[in-house]
Amino acid sequence: MLEIPLGSKSGIESCMNSYITRRLLGMVPTLILISMIIFVVIQLPPGDIVTSTLDRMQAQGVEVSAEQIQNLRAQYNLDQPMVLQYLSWIGNFVTGDMGYSYLFSRPVNELVWERLGYTLLITVSALLFTWAVAVPAGVYSAVRQYSVGDYVLTTVMLMGLATPSFLLALVAMYIGYEWFGISIGGLFSPEYRDVPWSLARVGDFLSHLWIPMVVVGLGGTASTMRILRANLLDELNKPYVVTARAKGVKPIKLLIKYPLRIAINPFISTIGLLLPALISGEAIVSIVLGLPTTGPALIEALINQDMYLAGSFLMLLSILTVVGMLLSDLLLAWADPRIRYE
Amino acid sequence: MGEQKIAEDNVLAIRDLAVEFKTDIGMTYAVRDVSFSVPRGKVTAVVGESGSGKSVTANCIMRLIQPPGKIVSGSIDFSPTRTDGYDIVSLSNKDPRLFDLRGDLMSMVFQEPMTALSPVYTVGNQVAEAILCHRDVSEAEAWQEAVDMLTRVGIDDVSRRIHQYPFEFSGGMRQRVVIAMALVCNPELLICDEPTTALDVTIQAEILTLIRDLQQELKNSVLFITHDLGVVAQLADQVVVMYQGRVLEIGTVRQVLKDPLHPYTRGLLAAIPGLAQKGERLETISSVVGDADLETPYPLTQMADGRQVSLSPDLLREAGHE
Repeated sequence: MLEIPLGSKSGIESCMNSYITRRLLGMVPTLILISMIIFVVIQLPPGDIVTSTLDRMQAQGVEVSAEQIQNLRAQYNLDQPMVLQYLSWIGNFVTGDMGYSYLFSRPVNELVWERLGYTLLITVSALLFTWAVAVPAGVYSAVRQYSVGDYVLTTVMLMGLATPSFLLALVAMYIGYEWFGISIGGLFSPEYRDVPWSLARVGDFLSHLWIPMVVVGLGGTASTMRILRANLLDELNKPYVVTARAKGVKPIKLLIKYPLRIAINPFISTIGLLLPALISGEAIVSIVLGLPTTGPALIEALINQDMYLAGSFLMLLSILTVVGMLLSDLLLAWADPRIRYE
Repeated sequence: MGEQKIAEDNVLAIRDLAVEFKTDIGMTYAVRDVSFSVPRGKVTAVVGESGSGKSVTANCIMRLIQPPGKIVSGSIDFSPTRTDGYDIVSLSNKDPRLFDLRGDLMSMVFQEPMTALSPVYTVGNQVAEAILCHRDVSEAEAWQEAVDMLTRVGIDDVSRRIHQYPFEFSGGMRQRVVIAMALVCNPELLICDEPTTALDVTIQAEILTLIRDLQQELKNSVLFITHDLGVVAQLADQVVVMYQGRVLEIGTVRQVLKDPLHPYTRGLLAAIPGLAQKGERLETISSVVGDADLETPYPLTQMADGRQVSLSPDLLREAGHE
C-alpha cells in the first residue's frame, strides 16, 4: 500500500513523478521491439530501394550494368548482413541522425522537421475546428433532445460522417477556386511557394489553411458531437446537477460547471492520441490537396522501400503513440480527481 | 393577491397542485389535488409509499420538475419573512425570484448523498458556491463561512477536509456536507427528501439527530419526506399522508399516529413490524383497504379537531363528522 497523506499536494506530486518515471522506463522495451518489427516489415517485400530505382530507370529506357547495380548496393549498405543494417540504422536514430532519404536525396532529419511543422499546424487547427463546431452542436442537441434542431444537426453531421474526406477535399478545392479565387492545392500560392517568410506569405498561408482545416476537421466533428451528446444526456439528470440547481446556480453556469464538465472528460484524453496523427494522419486528403505534410511522404517512402525515411517515420510514429498514451493518462488524471487519487 | 389567503403562521401553502408526466402511453398524473400547508418553524412530515407523489411535490416547491413532467394547475404560496410572498407556480423559469428562492430562501437535502455532489469539485468549492450564488461576499469569506457550517454539521478537521473531493467522504459524511450546503444561507424552509434512506441505520440516527438539533437551533421550517413512520414519530409536528398522488390525511403527529382516521393510514401503521407480532405474518395494505376504496377520490374534509381527511361519506359519518 502506498502511504499517501490524503489531500497533501506534495504527496500526490511525488507519487505522480514516480509514476511518470515508471511509465517512461516501461516504454524502452516496447520501442526496441517495435523498431525490430518495423525494420523487418520494411524489408519483407521482395526487392529494395535499388530494385525500385532500377525499375524506374529501365521504364525510362536507361540501361544499367551489373557493376552499377553492385555499386549502388554498396553505396546504400545493402550488401551488409541484416543485423548490421538494423544496428547501424537504430544506432544512428538514437543519436538523432535519421539517415538519408534515397528518394528525396536529402537527409531524413530535414525532411521530417519541415513536414512535421505543417502537419502540426493543420492537425491542431483541424482539432480546434472540430471542437468549435462539435461542442456547441453536441450541447445543443443534448439540451434540446428530440427537438427540430437536434434532428437537423444530427442529419447534417451524419452526412458529414458518411462523406469520404477526399471527396470533401475535392469539393472544398473547387469552392475555394471558384468562389474565393484560391489556387488549387498546396499551402501557398505559386508566387509565395519558394520565397522567405514575410507577413504577406503568412497571410497567403492562412488563406490556404482553412481548406485542409475544414476538410480534416469535419471528419471528426460528427462522431465528437454524437459522443458528447450521449455523454451529456447521461449527466444532465444526475442528482449532483439537481443539487446544484436547487442551490440556485444559474442555468448556463450550471450546464457548464456541472454536466458538461464531466461529459467533456473523455475528450480531454483524446488530445494525447493526436500525436501519432502528426505522422500518419489524413494521408489521402493531403495527397488530394497536395499538402507538404508527413502523410504523403510516408506513403511514398513505403512504396519505394526508402528504408531510412520509412523506418524513421514509423519509428517516430511509434514513439509519439506511446508518449501520446502517457499524455492521455496524465491529462485524464489532471481532469478527474477520482483517477488522480487511485 | 394570492398570499393574502395564507394564514400568518404558514411559510408555505400548497393548493390543488397537479403534476402530469408525459409518457409514451399518454399523460400520467403524479400528483393530483394536493393541498396542505407547512407551518412556520415546525417540522412537517410527508409520508407515503413509493410513487405516492411525495418527492414530486417536494420538487414542485423548488420548481425542480423537469420535462416530461409539468405542473398543470394549482398554486404554492410562499411567504418568507425576509421578503414579500409570492406564488411559486406562477414564476417564470427566468424569474430572478426563482434563483433567490433556490438555495437561499429554501433549500433541499436529497436522498442520495453518494451522487448528490459533483465528483470533480472539492467539498469546499461546492459549499462555498451556495454562498457565492446568493451573498455579495469574496471567495475567501465564502470559504470561511463554509468552514464554519461544515464544523457545525459535525465534520472534523474541516480545514483539511474542505479541500478534499466527495469520493474521499463516507456516505454519512457526504450527507452532512449536503446538509451544510443546504443550510449555509440559513433558508426559511428546508426540504429533506428521504435524507436517510440511503444510509445505514446507525448513521440514519445520527443524521436525524443532526437535522432535529439544527432545526431547533435555527428555527427554520422543515418539510420532511419519508416512508419511515418511526422517523415521523421522532421528528415531526404535523403529518401529511399521501397515496397515489393524493393527500389522504393531515393532522398532528399524535392525531395521525395514535388515532388515524383513514383506513390507509391504519394499514400503514399496522404494517410496521413490532416485537409483539413475532412469527406472525405482517399486515399488508391491500388487505386492510381494497384499492377500489382509494380509486375514488374524496375531497379533504376539515374535522372538528383541526385535522383533515379524505373519506367516503359513509366512513366520514363513522368518524364522527356531521
